[in-house]
Amino acid sequence: MTQLPPPSSVKLGLVIDLDTCVGCHACVVACKGWNTENYGAPLSDTNPYGADPSGTFLNRVHSYEVIPDEGPAQQVHFPKSCLHCEDAPCVTVCPTGASYKRAEDGIVLVNESACIGCQLCAWACPYGAREADPAEGVMKKCTLCVDRIYNENLPEIDRTPACVRTCPSKARHFGDLGDPDSAVSQLVAERGGFDLMPEQGCKPVNKYLPPRARDTDEVDVLAPLLEPVAQDGKGLVAWLDKALSALPKGGRA
Amino acid sequence: MNPAPSVIIFTTLSGMGFGLLFWLGLGLPAPTGWVAFGFFFVAYALAVGGLMASALHLGRPERALKAFTQWRSSWLSREAIAAVVTLTLGGIFALTAIFGTPLAPLGWLVSLGCAGTIWTTSMIYTQLRSVPRWHHWTTPAVFLTLAGGGGALLANQGLAALVLLAAAAVLQGIAWFTGDRRFARSGTTLGTATGLGERGEVRAFLPPHSGSNYLLKEFVYVVGRRHVMYLRIIGMSLAFVLPLAILAFGLTHVTAVVAILAHLLGVLCLRWLFFAQAEHVVGLYYGARRTA
Repeated sequence: MTQLPPPSSVKLGLVIDLDTCVGCHACVVACKGWNTENYGAPLSDTNPYGADPSGTFLNRVHSYEVIPDEGPAQQVHFPKSCLHCEDAPCVTVCPTGASYKRAEDGIVLVNESACIGCQLCAWACPYGAREADPAEGVMKKCTLCVDRIYNENLPEIDRTPACVRTCPSKARHFGDLGDPDSAVSQLVAERGGFDLMPEQGCKPVNKYLPPRARDTDEVDVLAPLLEPVAQDGKGLVAWLDKALSALPKGGRA
Repeated sequence: MNPAPSVIIFTTLSGMGFGLLFWLGLGLPAPTGWVAFGFFFVAYALAVGGLMASALHLGRPERALKAFTQWRSSWLSREAIAAVVTLTLGGIFALTAIFGTPLAPLGWLVSLGCAGTIWTTSMIYTQLRSVPRWHHWTTPAVFLTLAGGGGALLANQGLAALVLLAAAAVLQGIAWFTGDRRFARSGTTLGTATGLGERGEVRAFLPPHSGSNYLLKEFVYVVGRRHVMYLRIIGMSLAFVLPLAILAFGLTHVTAVVAILAHLLGVLCLRWLFFAQAEHVVGLYYGARRTA
């Protein structure tokens, strides 16, 4: 059913730490690997070894540069996947009932055997979280690794989404954002986690943690070592230094 | 947005087809016998032809019947139902007309269904907050007046065509004038998209991959600004100015054909612009709209 269920008390989702993400794309690879071999149709590649390769991905990492009014620019790596919104427009626009939000944990999924590939859900999503798979003709999206998180055949440590499990800098966290006492909710509260595009009114469950402000100290730790060593020199070198410094622009090119 | 031929042809042809059926349902004109067959044939060829074109854009057209189930929430589902109900009732009405006893109340119901179908089609686009240019009352207003005006042209209703096409031209002008500013007014920027806007100016530094992808092909379509101006002039001239001039001098069979063909080409041009010019907010993540 493509009507949204009443808000669930359990809201499973991700918390992504923009402070610690190093932009290694390991989550992209882990996601593609797991979701090609498991839940639903594989994530196809088009012309993978040709001149113009492209493929279906459920998670992509962008990089942005933030230029503050004062101080140095900062680079931020920015992973983006489905945010499992509470008011998910991709669900209500679906004409077939293939797109749905689970009442029990809030995960947004696609029933691939009912999807007609009209792509209206991808149009409705402001985040670009859904992609039409050209080989299968159906819509693909992040499942929050629904086939891992409840999977009792996996060791307990592996019962988290593939992207979270693989992240080498612990920039991705998985948990219940509907429970204010959960580790992820605590993290969001402590670090000032925020929503993407709040003005679009989708109420995303996934939250992002802000990067730390850059240090305002000396940028280069070696800078002190580059100071002139002898301030009160004598002899020929001191004379040369004084004579050159007296030239216009202090002798610098 | 990617101006896919299937959706442009679908909205243009179905619009005119349901527009013609609207006037036939009202009994304007009220032909019988073979003349009725001719009128209804044109209306059905356009409406059904357009709907079949829209099915081409589906990834899994063999499951299209499932699209009739979610009318509670989905405008696309509502449109599918409205189209099929209208065409079924319209078929019965056409038979009564062809055999000489048109059932007027049934015709009125068909006309209502035609208006409903056009309206639900336009709401598919209007509902999308992610495409600020479409998220406005001018979208259904332009769709409805264009379909009504084009249908009146086909139905040889000179005065109605004159009024509706003039109204459509004005509404299209308003849609362009306000639409050009709507993305900026929506408040969605790369700053809100990344949540980093309060820290400074955000600039897309590296894309997620070196090649293209589905999102870029479907949502980030860039039209040259100069082309837009020329295409708007061409679309306005063909869809409105030429047919209105011909209507003002009175329709003959030859000039009516010229007016109809000009209008059809003009609407195709306007629809191409409707899709090609619409910007989806996801483009921000890829560095589109750097100055906004």
